[in-house]
Amino acid sequence: MADVTAPGFVPEARQETLTTADGTPLKVSLRRSQRRQRRRAFYLVAPLLFFLLITFGWPIAQMTFRSIYNPEVANYLPETSAAIANWTADEVPGEEVFAAMARDMQLGLEDRTIGRAAARINREIPGARSLVMGTARDLDEMQAPYREAFLQADEDWADLEFWRLIKRETRILTPAYYLLALDFEYNAEGEIVERPEVYQVYRLLFWRTAWMSLAITGLCIALGYPIAHLLATLPLRTSNLLMILVLLPFWTSLLVRTSAWIVLLQQEGVINDLLVWSNIVDDDGRVRMIYNQIGTIVAMTHILLPFMILPLYSVMKTIPPSYMRAARSLGATQFTAFTKVYMPLTLPGLAAGVLLVFILAIGYYITPALVGGESGIFISNLIAQNMQGTSAQLKLASALATILLVAVLVLYWAFNKLIGVDRLKFG
Amino acid sequence: MRENGVAGNGAGDSAYVRFEDVQKSYDGETLVIKNLNLAIRRGEFLTMLGPSGSGKTTCLMMLAGFESTTHGAIWLHEQRIDNVPPHKRGIGMVFQNYALFPHMTVSENLAFPLKVRGMGKAEIEERVARVLAMVELPQFGDRRPSQLSGGQQQRVAVARALVFEPDLVLMDEPLGALDKQLREQMQFEIKHIHQNLGVTVVYVTHDQSEALTMSDRVAVFNDGIIQQLSTPDVLYEAPENAFVAQFIGENNRLYGEVLQRVGDGEVRVKLDSGEEIRALPVNVDGAADRTTLSLRPERVQINPAEGSLPNVLRGKVEEVIYLGDHIRTRLAVAGHDDFIVKIPNASGHPSLKEGETADLGWTIEDCRALDA
Repeated sequence: MADVTAPGFVPEARQETLTTADGTPLKVSLRRSQRRQRRRAFYLVAPLLFFLLITFGWPIAQMTFRSIYNPEVANYLPETSAAIANWTADEVPGEEVFAAMARDMQLGLEDRTIGRAAARINREIPGARSLVMGTARDLDEMQAPYREAFLQADEDWADLEFWRLIKRETRILTPAYYLLALDFEYNAEGEIVERPEVYQVYRLLFWRTAWMSLAITGLCIALGYPIAHLLATLPLRTSNLLMILVLLPFWTSLLVRTSAWIVLLQQEGVINDLLVWSNIVDDDGRVRMIYNQIGTIVAMTHILLPFMILPLYSVMKTIPPSYMRAARSLGATQFTAFTKVYMPLTLPGLAAGVLLVFILAIGYYITPALVGGESGIFISNLIAQNMQGTSAQLKLASALATILLVAVLVLYWAFNKLIGVDRLKFG
Repeated sequence: MRENGVAGNGAGDSAYVRFEDVQKSYDGETLVIKNLNLAIRRGEFLTMLGPSGSGKTTCLMMLAGFESTTHGAIWLHEQRIDNVPPHKRGIGMVFQNYALFPHMTVSENLAFPLKVRGMGKAEIEERVARVLAMVELPQFGDRRPSQLSGGQQQRVAVARALVFEPDLVLMDEPLGALDKQLREQMQFEIKHIHQNLGVTVVYVTHDQSEALTMSDRVAVFNDGIIQQLSTPDVLYEAPENAFVAQFIGENNRLYGEVLQRVGDGEVRVKLDSGEEIRALPVNVDGAADRTTLSLRPERVQINPAEGSLPNVLRGKVEEVIYLGDHIRTRLAVAGHDDFIVKIPNASGHPSLKEGETADLGWTIEDCRALDA
């Protein structure tokens, strides 16, 4: 096959020994000459790279580590941890374990760390905190053998579940928070089981976040595609005006926009008033359009729409009208010309828009929190709940956030495999 | 498209495409096309030539169906088509930048018009192979258009416009993006394809040499009007008005006023600088009419023998440019300093130097008295 794009013929002998005038191999010389350029490029991005490492990379690594880091028992009850290693877990541990526990308590009382260990155990077995703290307070009056003394002080020390937990939690790294984040837990025997149905919430939230984000992405495509096309084909002056309208949501505060939706959609709001006024619904039948999934979907579609329109627009702008004309002149109907020629050419923009909108959506927090009510909140809202207030469970929040992060990365990877991220056009 | 029914009546000179009183306006205030009447014969290569904004592309787009006519009718094959959507007209078209679909291979591009016509797979393959062979790119079917050179893309574009065997092919400045050498080569290739297939071609260009090289007839557009419609030789040698004379080829212009008509074949013109010239009346009426005299640079003789030519003026050489096959000499004549004479670079022709003066002579027939 005659290949016109192939480079010209080069004699083989010359090809192997390409050197510069002073005899250095050409490749080495080229690399050397480009090194300085590369170094300068690196210096240019170094401040940002450094900033990102400190403010983004490091915290994320920290968060991920914390979601599996479990130091309390091992660090604050070190002797107990060592002594319990040989325990067979079928009867109350022997004196050496209790003695170790007594020494750990003694140390813990001096360092004021015993409370942290107690709190950690208490999270799994409610009441364990008072057991540990109560006995620790009376430790001064106790004497060996500690096994009898402890059991005498509180019969709960005979609880096998308590000791099993201690043994399990001597591990520095634990999957416990991930199990919790996916609605699993350890049962009394230390096996992984589903949590009771009433406590199951996170998996449901992950699924809801996923399908609502999909719905929002779908709506953004349906609304954004025609607008982007219009923007790309209208004369410049008109399209500029339209572009300003598209960008307007960007320039308005998120809270202002969201409260505008509340005014519009609430049961005493503008839309319901209009519906009642025009007798489409009666006064008792006012439609609930906010503080539920509808509210979240409507408000988020509005907010994320520009992220769909802009990449689409930038791609459509580059498609000359002659392609459609060519397709039509070749005998294609308007519909065929669109599906076979125009649509495939907009794919890089469409894919970029989908990626942007979907990834932004699954991590969205403020809008679902404001207009989502009970049924329209996302997983981010639960992450936030677990980070603040008295019931804060930072490690659970970390685990949830890490799962979300991994989901996004997997999605990105799949998208890359499917479409090729280097082909995407973000703007 | 052949399957469109209504067989041609076979008569070579009956109008195959006919524009009938066609007018076009974009804004409702100005006419881009002013009352166009044009008949194109079957199998003809007709070029629409004109400066940008002259209406030639609009005209082509109306024929293709991408622009509506504001008034008038367009007939193709005795069928009125100005209300038929473009995909039903069955007209092949080659676009300015080829408009090859970048997400399809060359073969897929060529198969596209056949696929949308619901043709069978085997026949599509056969036709694609045949048309690729015709444009001499048989092994390029699996390439993407972006992997081809400009000339190769051009050939694919032509092949795609022909693969569904239309009787009429439109070309909208198809060679504009190619370099000079390739352009000249492609001109001949397109011309040969036209001759071999016998299709009717309507070709739009602003390049007059391209128009002269390729066409059976050329329609010169300006200002929404066809200024002249004739064969290339007539267009060059007998321009009917000042615009055509100036647009086609190089042209010396002298301005003056008609003194008197001498029969049918001669008019006496007094130039603004005072000299009197005998010229061929083309579109001047009579005495006191303003006129532009048009004279081709290669028809001017330097220092003619005394009395051998009816018109002789004296000129001063301003500039001499060496161009290989001829020497382009700019002179100041009759008050204009842009009078060009082409002197062949061969023995027997005088060579002039800057600052010299010379006598310049020409015949009555070569000096056409046109509108002002």
